Amino acid sequence: MGNISTIITREYTSRVKKKSFILMTVLTPLIFVALFLVPVLIMGNQDKEFKKIAVIEDGSDLFKGVLKDRDDVDFEYIDNADINQLKGTFEEAGYYGILYISPVVTNVPQAVQLISKKQPPMDLLQYIERMLEQDIENKKLLAYNIENLDEILKSVQTNVAVQTIRIDDAGETKETSTGISMVLAYIGAFLMYMVVIMFGVQVMRGVFEEKNNRIVEVIISSVKPVELMMGKIIGIALVGLTQFSIWIILSFGILTVIQSKVLPDNPKAMSEQISQSVMNQARAGMDNEAFMQSADLSAQEQEFAKIFNNLMNVNWPFILTSFFFYFIFGYLLYASVFAAIGSAVDTDTDTQQFMFPIMLPIILALFVAIGTMENPESSLSFWFSMIPFTSPIVMMARLPFEVPVWEVVVSIAVLIATFVAFVYLAARIYRIGILMYGKKVTYKEMWKWIRYKG
Amino acid sequence: MSLLQAENVIKQYRNHLALDNLSMIVPSQSIYGLLGPNGAGKTTLLRIINQITAPDSGTVLLDGHKITRNDLANIGYLPEERGLYKKMKVGEQALYLARLKGLSKSEAMVKLKDWFTRLEIIAWWDKKVEELSKGMQQKVQFVTTVLHEPRLLIFDEPFSGFDPINASILKDEILKLREKGATVIFSTHNMGSVEEMCDNITLIDRSKSILEGSVSKIREEWAANEYDVVFRGEANILGNSHYEVLKSESNNGRTTVRLKTPGDIDINNIIRDMTDKGRVLSFNPTLPSMNEIFIRVVEANKNN
Repeated sequence: MGNISTIITREYTSRVKKKSFILMTVLTPLIFVALFLVPVLIMGNQDKEFKKIAVIEDGSDLFKGVLKDRDDVDFEYIDNADINQLKGTFEEAGYYGILYISPVVTNVPQAVQLISKKQPPMDLLQYIERMLEQDIENKKLLAYNIENLDEILKSVQTNVAVQTIRIDDAGETKETSTGISMVLAYIGAFLMYMVVIMFGVQVMRGVFEEKNNRIVEVIISSVKPVELMMGKIIGIALVGLTQFSIWIILSFGILTVIQSKVLPDNPKAMSEQISQSVMNQARAGMDNEAFMQSADLSAQEQEFAKIFNNLMNVNWPFILTSFFFYFIFGYLLYASVFAAIGSAVDTDTDTQQFMFPIMLPIILALFVAIGTMENPESSLSFWFSMIPFTSPIVMMARLPFEVPVWEVVVSIAVLIATFVAFVYLAARIYRIGILMYGKKVTYKEMWKWIRYKG
Repeated sequence: MSLLQAENVIKQYRNHLALDNLSMIVPSQSIYGLLGPNGAGKTTLLRIINQITAPDSGTVLLDGHKITRNDLANIGYLPEERGLYKKMKVGEQALYLARLKGLSKSEAMVKLKDWFTRLEIIAWWDKKVEELSKGMQQKVQFVTTVLHEPRLLIFDEPFSGFDPINASILKDEILKLREKGATVIFSTHNMGSVEEMCDNITLIDRSKSILEGSVSKIREEWAANEYDVVFRGEANILGNSHYEVLKSESNNGRTTVRLKTPGDIDINNIIRDMTDKGRVLSFNPTLPSMNEIFIRVVEANKNN
């Protein structure tokens, strides 16, 4: 036991101290946060300055009073203004810009111009477009002289939003969101896929390096080959866990800092308000709809509250615990196979022929996982989440859609049993492979190594 | 007293027999040479002693008991295929290997510093292995092999990759280790070092032990009644009924002759003969070199 911990320590520290590790560990969350943040910052950075916009029309007054003022924008309708004269003076007159509407606007979309010194923000343009479109549509409809048009329009207007509610065996209902489940399924499956390949290949390279360095015989004159192999596999697993922990902590840290410093107060206050409301709702035992009405929230806030509510409904402890187990045993299973390959080959190019059969189940699992997001209850998904080589990835995709506990337990038990069997087989290939030089290894040969005594 | 004893060791690989009923006795505190052509089975035997592979049958005894993994702490093994982690620092690496042999960190530190200073590689302590020359790396490997003061030292081709100066430093260190009580087994192709260092040898050829015993005895046994005579003066020596002349050379007033006698005859007759020709400076029976014996034994075995 003393030896194996010495080996684990070396495998761990020699990797963690590497510049590439430190760089990758620090940079990855930064890149991740940047990817996430840049669009938000761009949106958030739009100038919220108060603007006054002069609205002029060419020879008519069709749109007088159509553009409603907004918090940060006032529209001032100017009758009979001369566009050319105004162009020179609007800034001194305190206008942000001139909105020029030509009468042909009903047929030619490009007939509206916003003249300003600065680039106007996107949402202002969208706001203007929406108002004008609505108004023109109404006017066109009116031209048909339909009686009771207002009532008809009101009665025709429909809004459908399917609520997904799941009933468990006890009859308890729970609102869920397929969208959120899909995102979680995607993240879980992809993360698992990355982990298995990234760290599995590291194990293979490590074994291969030891063999090529010719240090391996020196070491196995002190420790058992299986100790060296397991020491490496466990050491690299710890590297992976360290990296993940740092990523999670850093990402949360950075996001928190950004949320409090960079983003406007509004979303933060809103999220607090909503979480408060959700608590109240939970306490009062209200159903979602009653809550929405009682809380009198805007549509956006309602959407936000819904997401929040659904996120709260995800069974986090179960998913995270399962992820941990699948990570550990899925990695161990693949790492032992990767270790066996690393020990058997002499050159980098030789690894190719053995990589394919290993990559096959991993990639297959990823495809099934993607299919699972569309159709979580399919029997294909069920069986692939039981087969040990695909279960870590596929089960990750199934979990957010709620999986009976017994299925997860059985699947993990099968995975552990397979892992034990494969470590045994891998160790038998490994102990022979590491001492074989200058021979192109075949599957048949590996099978013989497994059966060698001693 | 024997430290290590191999009895009827057989190891069969898929297509060939690596060791065929091999037995060997290594006396305590001696240096034992393991000779033989490439692929004869030497490395297999060394791996069996080190528990890296198991024999199909036969036993290896250390101190009279069957050797087990627990004995590895008492063995230092320098394999033929040896290397170090290239990206790791020299000192760190030596420390790691020492720890795997069961030394505590502080103990290993003290010993390592001592050895590194003695072998003049202490300046490289913080360098990466890849920055070291091959000979330098070999020194580091040697140190890590002997550091835990094992009772049995096993070197597979210890001198390959060393220049003559470093090879002789290494020889001195090995001899010193024996004086301190260690028993040494080494396999080598360098017959000069066998004559210089080994007390006993086993010659393995095609999986079998074909010659074994003490080096001096073997050389005497293989001596072929040949004598080297040097005397002052230049003379042309001709053979007679007592001897034939294999080789005769004269220069600078000195003559060196190699004689061969037909069998067990009185050497005095020859010496008398020689003293007539000039002042005899030396008269030596020539012992065959291990190199010659090696070649002759292996060639003879080939014809069997």
